[in-house]
Amino acid sequence: MRQLAPLAVAVPLLGAALLVFFHTLLPRIAAELLALGIAIAACVMTVLLLVHVGHGLTVYWFGGWHPRQGVAIGIDFAVSAVGAGLAAFVSLLMVLALVYGIHYLDVRHPYYQVLMLTFMAGMVGFCLSGDLFNMFVMFELMSVSAVALVGYKVSEGAALEGGLNFAVINTIGAFLFLLGIALIYAHTGALNLAQMGASLRHGGDDRVVVVAFTLIIGALLIKAAIVPFHFWLADAYAVALTPVCLLLAGAMSELGIYGVGQVWFTAFQGALGSHAHVVRPILVGAGLLTALWGGAMALTEDHIKRLLAFVTISFVGVFLIGVGLLSEAGVAGTSVYVVADGLVKASLFACAGILQHRLGKVGQHRLHGRGGGLPATGIVFAAGGLLIASLPPFGPFLGKAMIDDAAIKAGYWFVPALVAVASALCAAAVLRAGARVFLGWGDAGSDAPDLADEDTEPETRAGHDRTPAIMFVPALALLAGALATGVWSGLPDLAATAARRFTDFGGYHAAVFGTAHHLGSATSSAPEWFDYAYGAATVGLAVALTGLNLWGVRVVPGWRRASAAAAFAIAPIRTLHSGRVGDYTAALTLGIGVLGALLAVSLL
Amino acid sequence: MSVYPYLVAAWLLGVGLYGVMSSRNYIHLIICLTVVQASTYVLLLSVGYVSHGKAPIFADIPTSSVTVDPVVQALTLTDVVVEATVVALLLALVVQANKRFKTVDPNAMTRMRD
Amino acid sequence: MSRGRLAIALIGLVLLVGGLAWGTAGSYGFGHYHALYGRIVARDSVPDRSATNAVSVTTFDYRGFDTLGEEFILFVSVAGVIVLLRRMRGESGRDESLLAEEDRRASESSRWLGLALVGPLLVLTVYIVAHGQLTPGGGFQGGVILMSAVAFVAVGGESVVLLRLRRASSGVELAESAGAAGFAMIGFGGLVATGTFFENFIAKGTSGLLTGGFIPLANIAVGLEVAGGLLVVISELFDQRFTRERS
Repeated sequence: MRQLAPLAVAVPLLGAALLVFFHTLLPRIAAELLALGIAIAACVMTVLLLVHVGHGLTVYWFGGWHPRQGVAIGIDFAVSAVGAGLAAFVSLLMVLALVYGIHYLDVRHPYYQVLMLTFMAGMVGFCLSGDLFNMFVMFELMSVSAVALVGYKVSEGAALEGGLNFAVINTIGAFLFLLGIALIYAHTGALNLAQMGASLRHGGDDRVVVVAFTLIIGALLIKAAIVPFHFWLADAYAVALTPVCLLLAGAMSELGIYGVGQVWFTAFQGALGSHAHVVRPILVGAGLLTALWGGAMALTEDHIKRLLAFVTISFVGVFLIGVGLLSEAGVAGTSVYVVADGLVKASLFACAGILQHRLGKVGQHRLHGRGGGLPATGIVFAAGGLLIASLPPFGPFLGKAMIDDAAIKAGYWFVPALVAVASALCAAAVLRAGARVFLGWGDAGSDAPDLADEDTEPETRAGHDRTPAIMFVPALALLAGALATGVWSGLPDLAATAARRFTDFGGYHAAVFGTAHHLGSATSSAPEWFDYAYGAATVGLAVALTGLNLWGVRVVPGWRRASAAAAFAIAPIRTLHSGRVGDYTAALTLGIGVLGALLAVSLL
Repeated sequence: MSVYPYLVAAWLLGVGLYGVMSSRNYIHLIICLTVVQASTYVLLLSVGYVSHGKAPIFADIPTSSVTVDPVVQALTLTDVVVEATVVALLLALVVQANKRFKTVDPNAMTRMRD
Repeated sequence: MSRGRLAIALIGLVLLVGGLAWGTAGSYGFGHYHALYGRIVARDSVPDRSATNAVSVTTFDYRGFDTLGEEFILFVSVAGVIVLLRRMRGESGRDESLLAEEDRRASESSRWLGLALVGPLLVLTVYIVAHGQLTPGGGFQGGVILMSAVAFVAVGGESVVLLRLRRASSGVELAESAGAAGFAMIGFGGLVATGTFFENFIAKGTSGLLTGGFIPLANIAVGLEVAGGLLVVISELFDQRFTRERS
C-alpha cells in the first residue's frame, strides 16, 4: 500500500516517456485516452493513499536507504493527510482538465498530454515529499511543464509575453530556493525536513537560519503569487490554454502556500517557533495585502481570464492568512478553503473557456450580451460568483469561516472584515462580468480599455456552434464539488485532525526516524453566528457592488465622479502591472529584501 | 578570509539580477539568468568544501581519506541540468517572441495593456 | 531603465545582496564543513556499492529519485521546445537557399575538422559513460559530449546533418524517450525485485567496470536521454534560422 506514494509520481512520468516513444504509432484519440487513463490511475492511487494514511504519517524511503546514525542519507516521502489530500485534489483536477480538452482542444498530441502528465507528477511529488531538495526538484518539474503549457499559443504575442514573464520570475524564485537550501544545509547538514527540524531545535536561531528562511519562503511565495511577487500570474493565467488554467488556478498557486506551511511546521518551527509572534504578523499582513490588492484589480479588469487570475491572487492571499496564523485551526481552515475554492475557480475558468470556444472572445465589453445563448454556462458562472462571495453554507463559506475563527482566536479580530471585503470585490467582479456577458445588463463598452484579446487562433477546433458535453460537464462537476464540500458535515473534523498531524513537529520527526507517534483526533467547531453574518454581508456587499457597477451611472447621483475617483486611485497600481519583466524583477528583489530585513530585525 | 566564496556568490546574485532588470535584449537577459545560476553553484559548492580535503573519488586514494562533501556536488549536478533546460525553454520562447514582435527588447514586448 | 525601476532595483539589491552576504558571514567559514551527511556518504560509497565515485553513487543511488525528477525536467523541456517551436501557419518550411548559402561559406578545414572529431568524441563518450561510477563523469557528461560531436559537424559546415535529426524517422527522439523511460523503469525494477522503488537490485560487484549495481545502466539511460534531448533542442533552434515566413 505504501508503494502507492512513489507510484503516484513514477507512473505518470513513465507514461509520459512512453507516450513520446510511441508517438508515431498513436493516433490522437489514443494518446488522449491513454493520458486520461494514467491520470485516473494516479488519482485513484492518491485517494487510496489518503485513505491508507488516515491519521498517521506514512514514510517511504527511496532505494531502501534508511537513516544511518541519525542522518537521513536517502530521500523520503513523508505522507500525511494534508499532503495526500492535496495530491488527490490535484490529480482529480488533472483528470477533469484532461477530459475538458478531449478532441476539441487544438493541441499537438502527444506533447500536450505529456506536459500535463509531468505537470501532475511534479505537483503530486511536491505534496508528498519530505526532503527539501526533492521538493525543489518537483517544484522545478512543475514549473518547467507549466512554462511550456502557458506559452503554448505561440502565435499570440500575449501568450509569449505571459510565458516569458512567468518563466523568468519563477526561475529567479527557483534560484533563491537553491540559495536557501545551500544555506540551511550548511547550517544543519540536512536536506531531510525532519532531520533539519531536529537540528534546528538544538542549533538555535542565528543569521544563517533567518536568511535561509527568507529565501526559501520567498521562493515559495513567488510561486504562490503573493504581493509583491504576483505580477507574473495575471499575465500567465490569462493566456494559457483553458485546461491549463484550471490546474494553475486550482492547484499550482496553492502549492506554494502548502510549501510554506510544510517548511515551517516540519523544519523552521524548531528554531523560530518561539518567535512565531513575529513571523505571524508578517505572513498575515502579506496575505491581507494580497487579498485586497487582488480584489481591487479584479474589479478593473475587462478580460475575463485576467479577472479570474486576480481573483486567484486574492484567494491565495487568504490562504496565506490561514497558514500564516501558524496554528492548527488556521491550517484546517485553509485545507478546506483550498479545496472548495480551487473547485470554484476551476469551474469559472472552464466557463470562460466555453465562452472562448463558442464566441471566440474573452473581453466583457466585446462579449456584451452575446452570452445569451449559453444559459447553462451562465448559471454555473453566476453560481461560482456567489460561492466566491462565501454564500453559506457551501464549501468556500465553510473554509473561510474556519479561517476567520482561527484568526479571531489568534487575536486578529480585523481579519474577517477585511477578508469579507476582498471576497466581495472578487465576487462583484465575477458577477458583473457574468451579468454583462450573459444577461446583457449594464452599458456596453465604456469604462475599461479594450484589451487586445486577439485570439488569432482559437484554442479549440471545430464545433463552435455548440457547447460539447466534454467541456460543460467538468465545469458543472467542479461547481457541484464546491457546493458539496460545504454540505459534507464530517469535513471540518477531518480537516482539523489532518491539521493537527501537519503542525505536529515532534511527531513528524519521530515518524520519519522510526517510531510511530499517536495523535488524538481533533474536532473543529461549527461556524458561529457571526460567520454566517459575515457570509451574508459579503454576499450582500458583492451584489450591491455589482449593481452599482452596472447601473450606478443611472441610479446613484455622483456615481460618475466616485467611480472616476476610484479609477484614479487605482491607476498607479494598474501601471505597476506593466507586463515588463524588468519591473517585475525589481519588485521581486525589493520584496525579498524587505521580507528579509523585517525578519532579521524582528528575530535577532 | 574564510567567507570570500560566499561573498562571491552574493555578488554574482546581485550582478545577475541587476542585469535582468536593466536588460534591453532578451538573450542578454537569459545570460544574466545564467550568472545568477552561477551564484547558486558557487554557494552550494563552497558550503561543502573541507579544508585540505580531496575529491570524493576513491579510485586512487584510500577510502578513509578526508574528502569534500559529495552530496553538494550531486546537488550542483542536478542544478546544472535543471537550469540548462530552463534556458532552452526560455530561448525557444524568445525565438518565437522575436518572430511575433520583431524585436528582442523585453520592454517593447507588452501587448496586454496600454 | 526607468528611474522608478532603477530606484526600486537598487534598494532591493542592496537589501538582498547585503542580506545574503551578512547571513553567510555568520555561517561556518569556507572549508569548515562539519555535517555528517557528506562524511557518511563518502565513507559508505565503496562498501555499499563498490563504486569509487561517491558523487555518482549519491546521484544515482542514495538520491536517485532526485535524478529521476531531473531527468524528466530535461525531458519536459525538450517536449516544451518541440511544442513551442512547432510549425505555425504562417511558415512555409525550410529555406533551402539559405542553407546552401550557409554551407558554401564554411571553410573546408572546419568541415573536415568537424568530421574528424566525431570518432574520438564518440570514443570519449563511451568511456565517460561507462566509467561513471568509478571516475568523474557519467551519463550527463557523456551525453553532452556526444551532443557536441554532432554539433561540431554542423557548425563546421554540414548543417544539414542537424536538420535531418528533426525528422521523426531519425532515432533521436526515440533515443531520448527511451532514455527517460529506461531510467524510470530502473526504478520500477527496484520495486519489482526488492519491493522498494529505486532500490539497487543488481549485485554490486567487486571492482572494475561492472560495479555499482544498476549505476552503469542508469548512466547509459541518462547518456541516451541527455544526448538525444539536447540534439533535439539544438536542431529545433537551428531549424528556426532557416524557416521561411510567408509574408
